[in-house]
Amino acid sequence: MNFYNEMYDAQGGVRGHYKGYEDWLKATPPERIERKRAEADLAFHRVGITFAVYGEEAGKERLIPFDIIPRVIPSAEWKALQAGLRQRVKALNMFLWDVYHDQHILKAGVIPAEQVLNNAQYRPIMQGVDVPGRIYAHITGVDIVRAGEGEFYVLEDNLRVPSGVSYMLEDRKMMMRLFPELFAKHKVAPVQHYPDMLLEKLRAVSPKGVSNPTVVLLTPGAYNSAYFEHTFLAQQMGVELVEGRDLFVKDQVVYMRTTQGPQRVDVIYRRIDDDFLDPQVFRADSALGVPGLMQAYRAGNVTLANAVGTGVADDKSIYPYVPEMIRFYLDEEPTLNNVPTYMCRKPDDLKYVLDHLPELVVKEVHGAGGYGMLVGPASTAEQIEHFRQLLIAKPDGYIAQPTLALSNCPTFVEEGIAPRHLDLRPFVLSSGECVNMVPGGLTRVALTKGSLVVNSSQGGGTKDTWVLED
Amino acid sequence: MLSRTADHLFWMSRYMERAENLARLLDVTYQMSLVPQSEEAANQSWSAIIALNSLEEAYAAQYSVVNGENVLKFMVSDAGNVSSIHSCLRMARENAHAVRGTLTTEMWETLNYTWLEARSRSFEQLLSAGISEYFEWVKMRSSLTRGTTLGTLLQDEAYHFIRLGTLLERADNTARILDFKYHVLRPQGDEGATDFYQWAALLRSVSAFEVYRKVYRDVITPDRVAELLILNKDMPRSLHFCLNGVIKNLDLIANRQSGETARQAGLLHAQLHYGRIGGILEHGLHEWLEDFMDRIYLLGNGISKDFLVPMDEAA
Repeated sequence: MNFYNEMYDAQGGVRGHYKGYEDWLKATPPERIERKRAEADLAFHRVGITFAVYGEEAGKERLIPFDIIPRVIPSAEWKALQAGLRQRVKALNMFLWDVYHDQHILKAGVIPAEQVLNNAQYRPIMQGVDVPGRIYAHITGVDIVRAGEGEFYVLEDNLRVPSGVSYMLEDRKMMMRLFPELFAKHKVAPVQHYPDMLLEKLRAVSPKGVSNPTVVLLTPGAYNSAYFEHTFLAQQMGVELVEGRDLFVKDQVVYMRTTQGPQRVDVIYRRIDDDFLDPQVFRADSALGVPGLMQAYRAGNVTLANAVGTGVADDKSIYPYVPEMIRFYLDEEPTLNNVPTYMCRKPDDLKYVLDHLPELVVKEVHGAGGYGMLVGPASTAEQIEHFRQLLIAKPDGYIAQPTLALSNCPTFVEEGIAPRHLDLRPFVLSSGECVNMVPGGLTRVALTKGSLVVNSSQGGGTKDTWVLED
Repeated sequence: MLSRTADHLFWMSRYMERAENLARLLDVTYQMSLVPQSEEAANQSWSAIIALNSLEEAYAAQYSVVNGENVLKFMVSDAGNVSSIHSCLRMARENAHAVRGTLTTEMWETLNYTWLEARSRSFEQLLSAGISEYFEWVKMRSSLTRGTTLGTLLQDEAYHFIRLGTLLERADNTARILDFKYHVLRPQGDEGATDFYQWAALLRSVSAFEVYRKVYRDVITPDRVAELLILNKDMPRSLHFCLNGVIKNLDLIANRQSGETARQAGLLHAQLHYGRIGGILEHGLHEWLEDFMDRIYLLGNGISKDFLVPMDEAA
């Protein structure tokens, strides 16, 4: 396969937007780079920018590897991406409102009703609930990959509790600390106002009649893999970082326990999955949630961001319909591509998939984090056979897509600088009519040679993402 | 501020202060063990450290003999001993981790780095590098934590709870060391050089040796040592100084239900503010200090009940 290299064109020449960086890299002595890389490692350790990996020793914290070669996106390319993201997220929010109200899109037959209503992520309890500003996904992380010049694909929409934005911010901070001279030479669009933008959005969706809302960030606690990010965002926004046990509900109003007595809470940026939010409604064994929270929520006394039930729109079985949603609600042609998707629940699709397993990527419909997937071209005959059995046993649990020729970018690895595959996760913020984002997003890079899986839980790293201004 | 946040801050500072006080105590004991003396007397000081922390049983479960090396190992780097310096630094860091968003970056990095460093050294490494150097390091890390707190943290509720934790812990520790040393030293009454070194060591353990000279300009006598550590309002590790800070910070965080705790603190403070060392000694120093430690313990409970772990859900 031929891969698009972000830095070099097919003839080996440097692309225009990487010229400045490449010059600098060539002119900088390797010892200095080595020293700076060690410095970055030490700093990340001391600051404690770590994450926990499920399945490893409890409480163990690991660093996410950080690469000092940035991913550079020229301004024009970003503008096109941004327009596509706005369009997509807008349509997704309209879809969620519709699903939980009149269900026009189902009645029109654009999406099979059973695909939505029988989906485990569909929350009947949300039917008829009017969320402020008609916004369900206040924060959306859209995973985008590039296959060629100007050819971008959306891999998935993360509408539940997307994470990673703290790495985007810390990576930038680190790059500016290590190599200030690079920023003097390049016009890199700033991203550090993200927390400010987020706070503004959260305040904008407070319950009716609240002029000065109390916003909190609800975390599962210090042992969650993204705990660093929770503390980071709460601190940057200046809001309380709360756990379920810090909150209680009385007369359908949410309060937090403070040293000065109970204090009312208006907006909850929750980083806990739906299932754990309220033991009275969802999983009864959840110790992370707040009993009675859903009552307060449905009564309109508190706003949850993201809303409950957004999973019905980012499920892999709904993903193939997003372009249709855009046409249905906005009457526009989608500008971002969807990856062609075979839905294995359809007999024809299943047959095709079984016949072409070695070239396809197979994903669990409800999977996430790079777990439970098959990358055909990178798998052994045994692994493929294993998935064949899984598919035959439970076809509606899987989708399949052609293996994309993910673009790559020069990256520091053990043997020096070598190309590694990457993706991009911009963080899109919505409130009312406004959809905003900071330029760029989080670039994740697969550090294993040839690997197409960039998730940090699978050994992926990150890069600073530069959108160059004109 | 969230009650849970306040709780973590309070304990974070208590554990850091405890680590420092332990380092001080172990250091002077170690220094003293280098002064020529009978083996019995030396081991007596070491077993006293175990007794001082009420760890007799836990210690006996692991070691059959009380001697310097065993006690040091147990109190410095034993991860299984919840009262060891190692455990205190870990707990300080864990409490900080739970509320790192409330701390300034400098504070968190200081606490985190302290723990990472402490964790990376084995007891054998510490011994070979010189154990006193390690105690100095612990004291410096504690000073650095205090310094970054003072130099970077907004002086709001978070700061007050941190101060409360530090001062309560310190008051308890100073009272404990004094009680124990006074007890051991006084009855023997031998006027030898050892005695001088013992008192000097006690003073050094609370950084008060030079202070003593400055305040009294006279030879070291037990009664004055007691007076300095209990009643001097300007000595940062004296009981009076600690209680001054306690009532001040309690006043700043007062809520609807904290009146009784504030009153109890005020009563205890009054004893120090208006007390005379003669009266205390007459009453019996040991009894007086025991009563003091009990009341510090109750104050901690009161603070916990009023602010940190509120029971009711009344809106």
